[in-house]
Amino acid sequence: MTSVLDRPGAAPESARDRTPAARTARRRALLHWIGVHSLGVAAALFFVLPFVFLFLTSVMSDQQALTRDLTPDTWEWGNYTKVFDTPGFLTWWKNTLLYAGLGTVLSVLSSIPVAYALAKFRFRGRQLSLMLVISMMMLPPQVIIIPMYLFWAKQLDLSGTLWPLIIPMAFGDAFSIFLLRQFLLTIPNEYLDAAKVDGCGEFRTLIRVVLPMARPGIAAVALFQFFYAWNDYFGPQIYASENPAAWTLSYGLESFKGAHHTDWNLTMAATVLVMAPVILVFFFAQKAFVEGVTLTGVKG
Amino acid sequence: MSTHTLRSKRRRSALRTAAFMSPWLIGFTVFFAYPLISTVYFSFMKYDGFNTPVWNGLGNWSYVFGDYPMFWPSLRNTLWLVVIMVACRVVFGLGIGMLITRIRTGTGIFRTLFYLPYLAPPVAATLAFVFLLNPGTGPVNTILGDLGLPTPGWFNDPAWSKPALTLLAVWGIGDLMVIFMAALLDVPKEQYEAAELDGASAWQRFRFVTLPNISPIVMFAVVTGVISAMQYYAQPLVAGKVASGIIGGSGQQFEPGYPDKSTLTLPQLVYNLGFQRFDYGAACVVALVLFVLAMAFTALLMRRRGGLIGAGD
Repeated sequence: MTSVLDRPGAAPESARDRTPAARTARRRALLHWIGVHSLGVAAALFFVLPFVFLFLTSVMSDQQALTRDLTPDTWEWGNYTKVFDTPGFLTWWKNTLLYAGLGTVLSVLSSIPVAYALAKFRFRGRQLSLMLVISMMMLPPQVIIIPMYLFWAKQLDLSGTLWPLIIPMAFGDAFSIFLLRQFLLTIPNEYLDAAKVDGCGEFRTLIRVVLPMARPGIAAVALFQFFYAWNDYFGPQIYASENPAAWTLSYGLESFKGAHHTDWNLTMAATVLVMAPVILVFFFAQKAFVEGVTLTGVKG
Repeated sequence: MSTHTLRSKRRRSALRTAAFMSPWLIGFTVFFAYPLISTVYFSFMKYDGFNTPVWNGLGNWSYVFGDYPMFWPSLRNTLWLVVIMVACRVVFGLGIGMLITRIRTGTGIFRTLFYLPYLAPPVAATLAFVFLLNPGTGPVNTILGDLGLPTPGWFNDPAWSKPALTLLAVWGIGDLMVIFMAALLDVPKEQYEAAELDGASAWQRFRFVTLPNISPIVMFAVVTGVISAMQYYAQPLVAGKVASGIIGGSGQQFEPGYPDKSTLTLPQLVYNLGFQRFDYGAACVVALVLFVLAMAFTALLMRRRGGLIGAGD
């Protein structure tokens, strides 16, 4: 992974390197190492310190959270129990899991065949379809929110629930389609041809041959979709805000701050609890996720 | 007979394509084409969601461009974000990408730490930053004050709210870091060796070897950055709400843009017009402005050589 920038100076030393020139080179390599790693530590502090302060405040006492103190005098772990005892907090969890979980399953299932067709079938309108998929992917959700809201709220009477956000996922999510298609392009056609020679139809080829090979791509898409739903603020704000029983974590967190106006410690504890699952999932699926990010930008 | 089978074969293959594409075909029609046409229609109607829509001609358009006090400030803010926030993110992202490719010890740990903030849910991250940058008692101003440095009002000062948002955006640089890292590792090693033999300085190696090789990725980062700057929604809205203290349940309705319209962006106007003022017609006008801007930059993204779509086969 780091091989490209290996410089001659960093090569392991051997007997031949004991000349003065080699020694200067080695010293320069060492200085370079120190410089790079000091910068690395400085950058790491920038990225990590917000989490640290966030956490430290979350375990402060009510009084201390209002002061300029950076570290807690007493560790009030009870703040976390208080957050869980807040009316609604567990409902937000349940709703978020429903939205993220069901939404992810539906969008992955419905996006796979579309992505497969766009990657491997040749048909008229394929290029146009792909362009429309990208346009949908780039479309800010606010552009079509007025008619969508009228559709879900006035015609189907589903406002105050999360269904207006979940149901559309069953009809192919543009981002998932695009990402999966990029991934499927990397599967050589020979595998598909071999399956067809063996008498598989397109559907069986997809299930038996393509899906097993596309597992990393599917994992990346599922993760993105899960995180998208977990983080979504606009959707729940529009459709669920009128009914607290349908709130998600991202939306509820803000109102939590409203209800606990001056209790920064409780708000920060709630914030930690909203961040934690995403970060835990990331640790278990780091590779798939980073692969997905790379896929969006570089491949194709 | 052969033409017959050929035709039926072709029909079968068309049917097969339609079957595989069907989820998206429905989705495209119901959740894209129909609402988009409908948005254009409502942009010419006076409609509040209760009374029947009536024809309003260009009334909504002249209201948004002429009389609606939030429209031009939000465009100015977007321009600021496009120029400064996007530039900061790209430069910083590239810097971090270059740094991580040079780190030899503990690479995995550094990479994870650099990447982590990108994952923080936007509402949670915004809430955290409003706390960290709290002018009176926040840790950042505490440390700045102890060092004898000026302590800005951050999210409570119109001049500092966008820099505060920029700080938040730069913190979540992980996506760009990964993309730049991959691009940097793809630069042919021989080119660096050749440059070094020619006695090129570090800056010259960056300018004449690194930059030309990764310029498509820089372009990609800039254009996607511009697109997301135009769509910037949850962070500025939540930051304004939390910093102002006016959050749902307190009886007051929060007018986006706190402080002093400095955090307004176009998507917030759709929310303000549609769901706070119940002026669906005017909301659709702003939605269409947003649509045209987003699609113009998407077209730019697709046109670039070896574009987003790729070779296909």
